[in-house]
Amino acid sequence: MSKTSVIAIALLAVALVAPLFVYPVTLMTILCFIVFACSFNLLLGYTGLLCFGHAMFFGSAAYVAGWLMKTYGLTPEMGILAGGLFSAALGLLVGIIAVRKSGITFAMITFAIAQFVYFILLRSPFTGGEDGLQKIPREPVLGLIDVTRNFNYYYVVLAITVLAVFFFYRIVHSPFGEILKAIRDNDARVESLGMKPERYKLMALVLSAGLAGVAGAMKASVFQFATLTDVSFPISTEVIIMTLLGGLGTLFGPMVGAGFIIYLNEYLASFGEWALISQGIILLLVILFLRRGIVGEFNAWMKRRQAS
Amino acid sequence: MTTLHEGSSMHAGPTTTGDSVLVARGLSKRFGGFMAVNNVDLSIRRGSIHALIGPNGAGKTTCFNLLTKTLSPTSGTIDFDGHDITQMRAADVARMGLVRSFQISATFPHMTALENVRVALQSSYGSTYRFWNSLKRVEPLNERAMHLLERVGLANMAKVEAADLSYGKKRALEIATTLAMEPKVMLLDEPTAGMGHEDIEPITELIRETAKGRTVVIVEHNLSIVATLCDRITVLQHGEVLTEGTYAEVSSDERVISAYMGGVDED
Ligand SMILES: Nc1ncnc2c1ncn2[C@@H]1O[C@H](COP(=O)(O)OP(=O)(O)OP(=O)(O)O)[C@@H](O)[C@H]1O
Ligand SMILES: [Mg+2]
Repeated sequence: MSKTSVIAIALLAVALVAPLFVYPVTLMTILCFIVFACSFNLLLGYTGLLCFGHAMFFGSAAYVAGWLMKTYGLTPEMGILAGGLFSAALGLLVGIIAVRKSGITFAMITFAIAQFVYFILLRSPFTGGEDGLQKIPREPVLGLIDVTRNFNYYYVVLAITVLAVFFFYRIVHSPFGEILKAIRDNDARVESLGMKPERYKLMALVLSAGLAGVAGAMKASVFQFATLTDVSFPISTEVIIMTLLGGLGTLFGPMVGAGFIIYLNEYLASFGEWALISQGIILLLVILFLRRGIVGEFNAWMKRRQAS
Repeated sequence: MTTLHEGSSMHAGPTTTGDSVLVARGLSKRFGGFMAVNNVDLSIRRGSIHALIGPNGAGKTTCFNLLTKTLSPTSGTIDFDGHDITQMRAADVARMGLVRSFQISATFPHMTALENVRVALQSSYGSTYRFWNSLKRVEPLNERAMHLLERVGLANMAKVEAADLSYGKKRALEIATTLAMEPKVMLLDEPTAGMGHEDIEPITELIRETAKGRTVVIVEHNLSIVATLCDRITVLQHGEVLTEGTYAEVSSDERVISAYMGGVDED
């Protein structure tokens, strides 16, 4: 068995017993952000695109899924699927505008569109404005499993997370993923070898947006509300910090980063601004001392040790 | 001394596009107010090794960028293998068999040597958007990739990341990647630049060997390599064609000597 599968199984085992020890809502928040960070990692870590408004995919899917669950009584799994598809479509739209640009231009375009999406959601009649969308129901999953208790719902969220992470893994370890990495490393060279980088980037953006949508919709069903916070700029930056802290372009890095930051946020919640300040400090420390992130540095250390 | 415009009187056959695989007419590129390439006519014979030489800043790389459609010309036309490619995209031109390497080493640094070559093989065997397939799908390409790595002397480095290869090995990897496209015309921009003596010899040999059955256009400052390797030489200066001919012809041309005065000699 490969090292990756051993770690994956160990993590899964921990996740299965975790709600016996930790508040399930905290755990579910972590799972949502793991999916969100994977989605971001697919773009920055594997395609080399810095999306500076990733919250638009997360938050708008939260609203869309929440609205569908509330208005039409969609079951959570269908709502989450709908949220993912909605954000994938939004990703296609953003991609058509932005994907020919790279670097800072791409980042600024995505930032601008995200601001625009925020504004639309603020003004739309169905979002509840400043109050957000409240009291989203949790219908029985598949019409069978009662998930009104958070403890039960945790296992559903875990299952969806496992699927989503596997989906991410499949993408980056596919022939398509190999081209994405080549584009990340040198897109001019990819073009000179007869491929059109912007098409691959567009596809990556659609897939990434879809995953972010799954994450956001899942969060809406966990907390049973969707608010403007979910589409706001701090969420866009938080996912960047999580991914960098854990390790860009690694499988487990974003998981570690998401777990760490969410846990820290919960821990520091009672200290008000301290959560934000600590995030700033963490980002600074990562940039100065952990360029590869926690998992990235660990992998590099293992590699050095094997070499000697 | 003949210039390109009238074709060479030394060669019996007519210089139609029939025996020229790549033809540029009136090619120009303006950067702001500066003409980096100015009204260049070029005709590359099928099967030849053709050098583009000239002092620094003469416009050689810009010419390459234009010929491969990495840049769009301000004016002029380019024919490749009987097709007008002036309006085409670099990726499509590459697919047709006009493939370049870069002056600044262009590998995929965080991928292994094998993966580097496999990217090009994926492209030439019909690249894929299938994100749901496992990498096992491209493993059949490994054999061909290994064969190409062997050809450039990198067989034992297949699993090394490109970033960890020495400079000379990176250039060799680039050639293997370029070859994976099975180009009809291969354009190499200073393939030996910055290499130590021990690397230059095998690379030159490799270029000679890979040129069999295809056409090579090469930018090269090392004139002794040009002398031994190339059938035909075009000299550029200030973005314009100074002269064209065989090494003997070009190297005895007064204008070429003065263009190179104080510049590169036989080094
Ligand atoms: N993108 C660009 N924008 C503006 N000027 C450019 C650009 N690319 C090249 N130039 C200018 O065009 C001229 C020709 O450059 P080019 O790189 O083609 O020269 P070269 O013959 O390849 O030189 P070298 O031997 O140094 O590689 C130079 O003066 C260069 O500064
Ligand atoms: Mg040059």
